[in-house]
Amino acid sequence: MTDPGLERVLEHAADPVIVTGFVQIAIAAALTAVVLGIIYARQLGFEREIVAMAVRGLVQVVAAGAVISLLLAAHLAWAAVVLAFMIVVAAYISYKRGTALPGVFGTSLASIGFGAGLTIVAMAAAGAIEMTMRDLLVIGSMVIANAMQTNSLALDRFTGEIASNRAEIEALLSVGASPDEAVTEYVSTSVYAALIPTIDGIKSLGVVKIPGLMAGMIIAGENPIYAAQYQFAIMLMLFAAGGLTVVANTVLLSRRVFTDAKQLDEAVVDAIDE
Amino acid sequence: MDSKLETESLTRVVGGEPILEDVSLRVAASTVLAVVGSSGAGKSSFLRLLNRLDEPTDGTVYLDGVDYHEIDPQELRRRVGLVPQESALRPGTVRENVAASDLIRGQPVDEERVAALLDRVQLPNAAERDVEDLSGGQQQRVAVARTLYVDPEVLLLDEPTSHLDSETEARVEELLGDLIRTEGLTCVLVTHDTAQAERLGDRVAEFEDGRVIAEGRPEEVLA
Repeated sequence: MTDPGLERVLEHAADPVIVTGFVQIAIAAALTAVVLGIIYARQLGFEREIVAMAVRGLVQVVAAGAVISLLLAAHLAWAAVVLAFMIVVAAYISYKRGTALPGVFGTSLASIGFGAGLTIVAMAAAGAIEMTMRDLLVIGSMVIANAMQTNSLALDRFTGEIASNRAEIEALLSVGASPDEAVTEYVSTSVYAALIPTIDGIKSLGVVKIPGLMAGMIIAGENPIYAAQYQFAIMLMLFAAGGLTVVANTVLLSRRVFTDAKQLDEAVVDAIDE
Repeated sequence: MDSKLETESLTRVVGGEPILEDVSLRVAASTVLAVVGSSGAGKSSFLRLLNRLDEPTDGTVYLDGVDYHEIDPQELRRRVGLVPQESALRPGTVRENVAASDLIRGQPVDEERVAALLDRVQLPNAAERDVEDLSGGQQQRVAVARTLYVDPEVLLLDEPTSHLDSETEARVEELLGDLIRTEGLTCVLVTHDTAQAERLGDRVAEFEDGRVIAEGRPEEVLA
């Protein structure tokens, strides 16, 4: 065996802790089986979905663990490739919230790339994210996932705002407003609505919930105060990435819902209504 | 007399269906053209084309002899202002709605103009009232003031009294007639009410299935 990546995966797979992991899964699965039993007994009819969900989740997450294990031994440049791939997948998942908007996949890709990419690069350059494969992948994926979620919320809200305020937008256009001016209020509403979960997450830090990363660090024996500080820094990164993403995308999209003659594009409005 | 506004073979087709076909009309300066016809005849579509909220499939509009495709759409809409059928006010005060065209641009509000316009539309001292507290007729008058605030040369009115009760309708109509005459505005008024067209129009155009089937003085067309 000469491949160090594969060696690393096999080493991780043979670790005695893997057995402990399966025992833990079995205990959690036993609890899930109780819920399944209740669903079956009460004929709620979605026990198949639960089983499929659990199997799919197990396969996906173990595969992801194996891939991460492989990547941990790879050259650091692979982190950029993997994060870029994640950004493309995030844009693909997210754009479906606004398919009526023209070019929404492209704008989502550019915006998530800009928002999440800039945040990851800036934080890595500043040393807030360690330049290791482990930190770049783990923190990077959190930043990208949050940018995706924020983008989806913004797309959903923005299309809704356009559809329900068509008369108000055209009333402003009809007295000489530019397209940007006519939708600025709805762009702001969409950006704010999309950031609410992140804002509330920051507000409730440590009071309502102990976030995953902080919990993980404490379990792993890290100083709880440092774990809290790092978690807060991560939350601000998530906010920055989400904010940059949705501001960029709503600005790009707000121009695409108008024609060259500064009219609300009827084809877009009809597509939103459908 | 030279036309202030002139349409030449104005046509709009949506999804293969003609909404407006070959409409050629002239509106002289400081006169009112009343557009009448049944629902779906193309009257509102005609107004949207004049304000260039929609694009004609064929034909064009001339403003003071200039093809409106050569005028920046924003400038055109300030010169040819549209009062929509639904007043489409934004949440906020009367003042914020009347001066919306300045506020969204971050420009200072011309408070004297707001006050003068509210006087003209018979809503004195209403500047700080919430638009949600106004009646339908009052909201319609705020919409008229919002359009007049940009000082248009041509006023397009889309069924300005259609949602109002008969008493309010008479008051708003009287107010509009007075405004148009005293300001010397050129006006295109869309209405389903032929009596209103006769009272306010200098000329009347009757639309049917997107075409003009009659045009002339009110007593000729509406006889």
